[in-house]
Amino acid sequence: MTPAEPHLYLQAQIRWHRLEIAFWVATLLPFLLFKSYLVLASQIAITGLFALSLDLILGYAGIVSLGHAAFFGLGSYAAGIVSKHGWGEPLTGLVIAAAVAGLVGYAASFVIARFRHLALIMITLGMGLLLHEAANSASWLTGGADGLQGVRMWPLFGYFKFDLYGVTAYTYSLAVLFLIFLAARRLIHSPFGLSLRGIRENPVRMPAIGAPSRAHIRKVYTISAAIAGVAGALLAQTTQTVSLEVLSFQRSADVLVILILGGAGRLYGGILGAVIYMVARDQLSGFNPQYWYFWIGIMLIVVVMFLPNGILGGLARFGASSRAKAA
Amino acid sequence: MIGPLVGVLFDGFAYGMLLFLLSVGLSVTLGMMNFVNLAHCSFAMLGGYVTVTLMNGLGWPFFATLPLAFLAAAVVSVVLERVLYRRLYRATDLDQCLLTIGIVFVSVAAAAYIYGTIQQPVRLPAYLHGSFVLMGINFAVYRLFLVGMALVITLILVASLEYTRFGAQVRAAVDNQRMARGLGINVDGAFAVTFALGSGLAGLGGALSIAIVGLDPSFAFTYLIYVLIVVSTGGLGSIGGSFAAAALLGISDVAGKYYVPQLGSFLIYLVMLGMLMWRPAGLFGKR
Repeated sequence: MTPAEPHLYLQAQIRWHRLEIAFWVATLLPFLLFKSYLVLASQIAITGLFALSLDLILGYAGIVSLGHAAFFGLGSYAAGIVSKHGWGEPLTGLVIAAAVAGLVGYAASFVIARFRHLALIMITLGMGLLLHEAANSASWLTGGADGLQGVRMWPLFGYFKFDLYGVTAYTYSLAVLFLIFLAARRLIHSPFGLSLRGIRENPVRMPAIGAPSRAHIRKVYTISAAIAGVAGALLAQTTQTVSLEVLSFQRSADVLVILILGGAGRLYGGILGAVIYMVARDQLSGFNPQYWYFWIGIMLIVVVMFLPNGILGGLARFGASSRAKAA
Repeated sequence: MIGPLVGVLFDGFAYGMLLFLLSVGLSVTLGMMNFVNLAHCSFAMLGGYVTVTLMNGLGWPFFATLPLAFLAAAVVSVVLERVLYRRLYRATDLDQCLLTIGIVFVSVAAAAYIYGTIQQPVRLPAYLHGSFVLMGINFAVYRLFLVGMALVITLILVASLEYTRFGAQVRAAVDNQRMARGLGINVDGAFAVTFALGSGLAGLGGALSIAIVGLDPSFAFTYLIYVLIVVSTGGLGSIGGSFAAAALLGISDVAGKYYVPQLGSFLIYLVMLGMLMWRPAGLFGKR
């Protein structure tokens, strides 16, 4: 199974599978079939992008984070504040948000790379809470608990207005998701991506064979923070508002649940998890949001106990075993 | 000048002891057994609801409800331990985190379903009300009572884990499962009892703390963060460490809110981050 030459292995990985192409074609279906759900679809694309950013650090490098909403929120506020102060161009807003989140992520990565296990969980949690508090008390900048009001986006490319039905919003979010996904796919199938998986599998051995693990962790953490920032900026731009909720612990926990549900350490895990989670929430939380968490809790317990690699992991195992039977 | 300072120190210490009572059970389950049990405050919440139900529904006296709060949390936790937790003793931190977050979600939704999302009224007996003045400083009776409870529980726990045969068996089972099994120690039994003890203490802590912090379904999330802070800064497996960390965090939180109100809730997080960066294994951590 294992090819002798690493670059041959990587080349085999990078080839596009038929199912992947089918998946991306299917993302266009909402335009034809579910026109009234385009707003939801754009939320799904944004959440999928956020989950993808967490997948890079958690699924591939094995860095557990309970505070990833910090970067999502930073991006959201950066994009929102820039547009509130008179610069509503969406694409530069994204770049600014990515830069802000990436910079903070880079600074944080020096701390992150030093810790593992419980201390790491606590530090990421603590940083998330700290930022939430900071945004809450800096109400002159962020609007505090009332949320950031007065975000006005200019039309995309000066032509496509952000409409109420979410046509522009979904097109925009989906395009950004696809482009960043391509970049992440390339990154994961590069030698750098391989060494990240090495760090995940054995953090002690990697430095021993001469791989600079801490530098790798710093790099991937910065990239992941920047992507989370872009996801946050997309949310701010498409909804034209930013609430304190973007930085909440709940959001960090939700994205973790989404990624685990779909399958961590798989490129499509976060996106698939986002589709299932958001659609289920849209359908179920009609009764009462309180009870929605009951089902999420049950789902988490079931996934941890019976599907250790998420839904995609379960599907892959099922596929492998049915192929073995056929042969 | 001295009067307010001592008053702040006392209130901070009492708040720290409240945090300690909530988190001491976690320093048993997470600290000794190494299980990242984020559902700890769900057990505390269970204890709180047991006390409230017995007091308001059946008219029990406050003190009579405390043993039942302990028992209820312990019994529920043993069931969960046998069914779910036990399978994940060797799993990664992440899996343990996720399983227990799942339990928190379920418990929050269940509490909201049964009791609604309103704050539950807690009526303390008259002799625990009020305060007295000593040397110009105001001491609240219930806070003194909490401090006393915290000290008693610390003594009992340290004594029973360090100096009894059962304590030695538990420590052996945690340190080296295979060796302990080889020596004929009932490891499964020791783990189940330890877990029940930790969760029972959570139930007791919950019952004791609701008179000050209140009780609603979000309890399981709100205080989770505080107990995690206490246990991780105190150092895993060190009850004395949790005690010290709880006292330090309680005092810095209350003092911070009193003297530098604009810092607000920042201080407790800053203290935690600083301490963890200085000593990743916690104040008294061995690992």
